[in-house]
Amino acid sequence: MIIRQFVAMFKARTMEFVRDRGTFFWNLLFPFFLVFGLAFAFSGGEDKIFKVGVIGTPREEMPFMKLEQASFIPYSGGSDTALRKLERHQIDMVIDFDTKEFAVNKESSKGRLVRTLFVAQQSAAGSAASVVPAFSERTVVGRATRYVDWLVPGVIGMNMMFSSLFGVGYVIVRYRKNGVLKRFKATPVSALNFVSAQAVSRLSIVLLTSIFVYAGTNLFLGFVMRGSYLNLLLLTTLGILCMISLGLVFASRMRSEEMAGGVLNLITFPMLALSGVFFSLEGSPPILKTISWAFPLTHFTEASRKIMIDGAGILEIAPHLAVLAGLTVIFLSLSAFLFKWE
Amino acid sequence: MTDILKVENLAKNFGTVRAVDGISFGIPEGVCFGLLGPNGAGKTTTIEMMEGITSPTSGRVLFRDLPIGHDFKKKVGIQFQSTALPEFITVRETIALFSAFYSAPRPLEEVIRLCSLEDILERDNQKLSGGQRQRLLLALAIIPKPEMVFLDEPTTGLDPQARRNFWELIGRIKAEKTTILLTTHYMDEAESLCDQIAIMDHGKILEIDTPATLIAKHFDGVLIRIPYDDCCSEKLVDFEGLTIRGDVLELQTNKIDKSLKDLLAAHVNLEGLSIHKPDLEDLFIKLTGSSLRT
Repeated sequence: MIIRQFVAMFKARTMEFVRDRGTFFWNLLFPFFLVFGLAFAFSGGEDKIFKVGVIGTPREEMPFMKLEQASFIPYSGGSDTALRKLERHQIDMVIDFDTKEFAVNKESSKGRLVRTLFVAQQSAAGSAASVVPAFSERTVVGRATRYVDWLVPGVIGMNMMFSSLFGVGYVIVRYRKNGVLKRFKATPVSALNFVSAQAVSRLSIVLLTSIFVYAGTNLFLGFVMRGSYLNLLLLTTLGILCMISLGLVFASRMRSEEMAGGVLNLITFPMLALSGVFFSLEGSPPILKTISWAFPLTHFTEASRKIMIDGAGILEIAPHLAVLAGLTVIFLSLSAFLFKWE
Repeated sequence: MTDILKVENLAKNFGTVRAVDGISFGIPEGVCFGLLGPNGAGKTTTIEMMEGITSPTSGRVLFRDLPIGHDFKKKVGIQFQSTALPEFITVRETIALFSAFYSAPRPLEEVIRLCSLEDILERDNQKLSGGQRQRLLLALAIIPKPEMVFLDEPTTGLDPQARRNFWELIGRIKAEKTTILLTTHYMDEAESLCDQIAIMDHGKILEIDTPATLIAKHFDGVLIRIPYDDCCSEKLVDFEGLTIRGDVLELQTNKIDKSLKDLLAAHVNLEGLSIHKPDLEDLFIKLTGSSLRT
């Protein structure tokens, strides 16, 4: 009897799921996308120990340049960028083939190790001066950017994304499904008004949570903050608005909560994987970086890291702000165009 | 009496299904108008087209002789058949929320009094019983001091006591001379509340008038019911006005004495006989050929 009941219920539920085509396919396709996406992102088996910035045309015949434990990153824009990265411990060494200089960060133990290696290899190759040019040494100093300094904008961004997309997208779909929207439709309230109220409510909530999370963790971790809090606030507000508008696009028509959940996951997970929340995309395939520029989360994390870690001012983050603002306008227009009460 | 709301050749198709099939009628101002019909008759589709929620495939709805426009929503109150309420807010907060949608809402105290909400004001929407929920939904419908109220099966699923309580609330709204359009499954509800009824089935209006007129039109006298017994069916063939419904013989007559004597003369077993004054339910079964609640 119990088994019969179980089978009947199992069957009914399975049919319901399968017959809800949208949900079914999202549930089927989503894991595929995720697996492929992540496999792609982590492909290339990174086992390099040192990151060495290279300026000018490298002398490939130098033994050091053949070191398999080092990855060599060319910097075309002159030594400033590379040296700044060196100061922040983002790379371990800079070799400038134009000025015949190499630089390490005094405060970095990895830097000191790679220096020893470099000097030793240079002197071992010593006599053959034609192969190994002489390099003069310079040092830079700078506090390491801890992973957590780098991570906090990512985590806040992630929280923003989930809270905005699900808090608006999912909830409006549920309202539509259970008739709350229909009841509102029967009043003189306009769709625009209803949607704006939802969006602003969520904006306040997410903004407050973000501030709370930042301030709370900052108490214990003392983040590096080289820029202005005002700029950070502006960026955060714009970032949240952008995500909420994206949520609204999906909330404009959908009726099934399961479908909405699937679609929202389909958007949030690639963003999570490709927006550099947990790890830097530096060194990932260029196509991935290009894709990631379409995501609001990328612009938020990038720009907030620029403010916090690099002390960037409003002009330097302006392109990110412009993209976020542009996406917000696009998403809002799209959702206003698509919105249906029922 | 002028019609506050009129429908003209109203029709609605869902795919190939014709849910409402070109109906026309008017609702006089100030009456309680009942739209009756079995499940799937097209009642909800009809009422939702009249509310301006669903757009008709063809035909039109006129409110005070004009097509319904944006102002319409400010002048009517609607209670849907099933509506979820916003979660995690109380009854009082819900009324306040909806009051904010109208420029001149009814004062809160008046809404509370009319819908007997005194005891549940601070209760969370999600914790209301069926009857309490319906009272709150009615409250939301009357907030704008509507000229007309639409109630779509407001008492379906309520226990008999909650239903009677709800009738009392509708009575209060009727007393304010508000026009009411009510759909229902329950004939006793229609009989006790409605001044006029329309009986609907398969997307068409079968009859429309006051309950008393309709009953008088379709029934002459009373109904004599006898439990059906195969043995006597042959003896009864000659009786006029006789129908067999399931396991009951029904004899319609306006001469009770004569009919009973005839039955006795025909040696029909009268065990279990009852005499019944025709009501809306009988009318409904006669017109739609089915019992309402199935």
